[in-house]
Amino acid sequence: MRGEQASSWPSHLLARLKGNLPNQVYFALVIALLIAPWLINALDQSFYLDLLTRALIIAIAVASLNLIIGFGGMVSLGHAAFLGIGAYCVGIPTYYEQFNGFVHLGLAVLCSALFALLTGLICLRTKAVYFIMITLAFAQMLYFTLVSLDEYGADDGLVIYQRSEFPGIFDIENPTTLYYAVLLFLLGCLYLTHRMMHARFGRVLQGCKHNEQRMQALGFLTYKYKLIAYVIAGTMAGVAGFFLGNFTNFISPEMMDWTHSAELIFMLVIGGTGILFGPVVGAVLFLLLEEWLSGFSVYWHLILGLMLIALVVFGKGGVHGLLSLGSNRGSQQNTTT
Amino acid sequence: MACLALAAIEAANKIPPLSMASILQTHDLHKSFGALVATDSVSLTVQTGEVHAIVGPNGAGKTTLLSLLSGSLKPDSGRIEFNGKDVTRTPAHKRVRLGLARSFQITSLILPMTVLENVMLAVQGTTGHSLKFWSPVSKEKDTQTQAMHFLQAVKLQDKSQHLADALSHGEQRQLEIAIALALKPKLLLLDEPMAGMSKEETRKMIDLLRDLKGDITILLVEHDMDAVFALADRTSVLVEGGLIATGTTEEIRSNTEVQQAYLGEA
Amino acid sequence: MDWQLLITQMLNGLQLGLLLFLVASGLTLIFGIMDFINLSHGSFYMLGAFICSSITAKTGSLFIGIVLAVLVVFCIGALVERLIARKLYQNDHLDHVLVTFGLILVFDTLAHLIWGSQGRIISLPDSLNGQINLGSLVLPSYRLLIIGAGLTVAIGLYFLVTRSRLGMRIRAGASNRQMVSALGVDIDRLYLIVFALGAALAGLAGMLIAPITEASIGMGNEIIIIAFVVVIVGGIGSVKGAFYAALLIGFIDTLGRSYLGDLLALFLSSQNAETAAPALSAMLIYILMAAVLAFRPQGLFPPSNS
Repeated sequence: MRGEQASSWPSHLLARLKGNLPNQVYFALVIALLIAPWLINALDQSFYLDLLTRALIIAIAVASLNLIIGFGGMVSLGHAAFLGIGAYCVGIPTYYEQFNGFVHLGLAVLCSALFALLTGLICLRTKAVYFIMITLAFAQMLYFTLVSLDEYGADDGLVIYQRSEFPGIFDIENPTTLYYAVLLFLLGCLYLTHRMMHARFGRVLQGCKHNEQRMQALGFLTYKYKLIAYVIAGTMAGVAGFFLGNFTNFISPEMMDWTHSAELIFMLVIGGTGILFGPVVGAVLFLLLEEWLSGFSVYWHLILGLMLIALVVFGKGGVHGLLSLGSNRGSQQNTTT
Repeated sequence: MACLALAAIEAANKIPPLSMASILQTHDLHKSFGALVATDSVSLTVQTGEVHAIVGPNGAGKTTLLSLLSGSLKPDSGRIEFNGKDVTRTPAHKRVRLGLARSFQITSLILPMTVLENVMLAVQGTTGHSLKFWSPVSKEKDTQTQAMHFLQAVKLQDKSQHLADALSHGEQRQLEIAIALALKPKLLLLDEPMAGMSKEETRKMIDLLRDLKGDITILLVEHDMDAVFALADRTSVLVEGGLIATGTTEEIRSNTEVQQAYLGEA
Repeated sequence: MDWQLLITQMLNGLQLGLLLFLVASGLTLIFGIMDFINLSHGSFYMLGAFICSSITAKTGSLFIGIVLAVLVVFCIGALVERLIARKLYQNDHLDHVLVTFGLILVFDTLAHLIWGSQGRIISLPDSLNGQINLGSLVLPSYRLLIIGAGLTVAIGLYFLVTRSRLGMRIRAGASNRQMVSALGVDIDRLYLIVFALGAALAGLAGMLIAPITEASIGMGNEIIIIAFVVVIVGGIGSVKGAFYAALLIGFIDTLGRSYLGDLLALFLSSQNAETAAPALSAMLIYILMAAVLAFRPQGLFPPSNS
């Protein structure tokens, strides 16, 4: 049956990337995201624009995580560190009254790429279990380092009084402009991922996820490909952090606490790992769920925790898997190496 | 023996070999795991163009030897020369590029990819670099054509769009061969290609390998003695990590020492 | 040189090291034997502290509190293994991360529901609350008790792992999983015992520290990270490695925090040293981890295969 399904697609990878929903659903999703500010402003519900902006910023981080977990099979538990790095690259220059957005963005790209490179060089020498713990440990290292820096507010963080300036281009103090900037970058990341996963690089990366030993026997230095993917993902998440710092107008070490990294993984799994639009679906659903549950009771984490356990123990494959009743289950089950 | 010695001298002096050229030589290869000696001073020569079989009882260290040759294990001492070049310290992925490819005993495919995609990955490795982030592989007609060609060689062309997962065991082993061929090896290391196959599947595989004979040098590790007798020009016998005999397959068949050590037990 | 301070800091380092060992020993065995990543191992540490505080408050005896709480945490560990972890050993690590993160949320919120958002203090009996005077040295007696208890458990665990039949199976499991099942050991029971024992040890660590720091939500999520570093440095699956690595990290962390400033002042201006020292000391153990990974990726004392 799976053979037939594959033969209707020139590339099976393409089929997997799309998930099980028809193309129209994704078109509708993108259109909805494009017109959302207009709709929200018309209904005078600016709160929802905030929620959606936040969700899309997080979706960038989740999309970058998808690159390494969903396509590369590297389960990183320190991804929130990159969000924090990006945010501090806005906060610290602003603290010294440097408001130029290009400086902020450039620093965010540079610092997150460098952190990814340095930690990746070490993390990727190891396998599965170690990788998870080491990415976690390095993220915590950064967390504790920032906690100990009194100059930048230590535990309490820094308030960003003014957003990054892009004079003459756009003004992200305007919530709608910020929203579109975020959306544009998110769609750009997704398109880049789409291209990469169908290009040679992506094939090698996906091969590494499923059978690294085989890829080595084919003559590929898998370490190199995984490291490149890790650096690209880290940089994407760093830019997401740049947006997050600007959006919340506030930064603190708490942003990179490992529980946030775990939440990013949760969102990825809700949306479906290895599916292009999964991160967007996952992030939006998660934030809506958070908003809704936390309105109920202060103990909403209990419900979230139970849901998470149930999701793993009883149903696999995330929302995409649930929507299509398991026809894509194979892709989730063959991930062990 | 004289011939072997000559080959060794030729390789040592880095003189391009003339007729009976050797493509692979090992000198005194040792590997142990704790107290267990898995490879014990193995000096082996594989000549260009031949099918060379390695036989031996279970636990004789056949797979360890293959792993040393392919580079997934590092020897404790000794030397490996491939195509006139010392590759003892060359990492596995570079040996592949030099023309030393292996297949796996336990089928090792990328199951969620299609048959064609599996072979294309191998072709990708031999045609230019893979740091291309933008242009889709599906547009690379040449890569696709080459991959189909190797699928034809193992008679899997009709299944090119099936998932590797959906193939039968025998077909998966055929696909393993196609992937190994796609690496365009000078020497192909086959680790028990007949393992777990039915009689019918084994016969198909023997035919398939016989077709390859002559075009490519093969080092065949195999349990199935019928397959070895049908395919191998020369055979080496490995017992408890050490080579006890090397010769033409006919000689090995009639060698009493070998029969006692190995065939007698079987 | 202030000898009183140095000795106090050494004892603090030893105390931290032993507590880390109690948490990390179970963690490393669960990794090594079941190949299971248990992020919620720190929750047992927290639960131990809270449960002990309740029982101690009811009975008025810290000793009874600890004994009963260890049993309770052992049972909770067994329950988690039976109901959840066991189903997932064969799954990939992503599932382990998700499900144990879910468990953390559940345990943290339950603790919040039961014990409230404030921390809970365990008051020490007067007999333990004093100080011991050794000439010019003054040492708090409860800290000595923690060290004594930690060492006793470590020695007990050493004998359990190296001398007993159960220990033999545990060691075999950590170095070669297939072999143990091939030997016909009841693997389900072995897993259950290892998991629950690990939980109980982590719980004990939480109980021992609670009278000093108080029981609080989130205390487990801090210690678990350092416990991971201990496991990595020591080598996955190695109790011996966990012991040495825990002591090493306990000393480095404690001494780094108190002396790194002085040390840096030798090279830097005192102002620079003052700013750099806290950040650098926070990073010390992670730098150690990175160094170990760069030179000995399998850890300092990986479980032997022989």
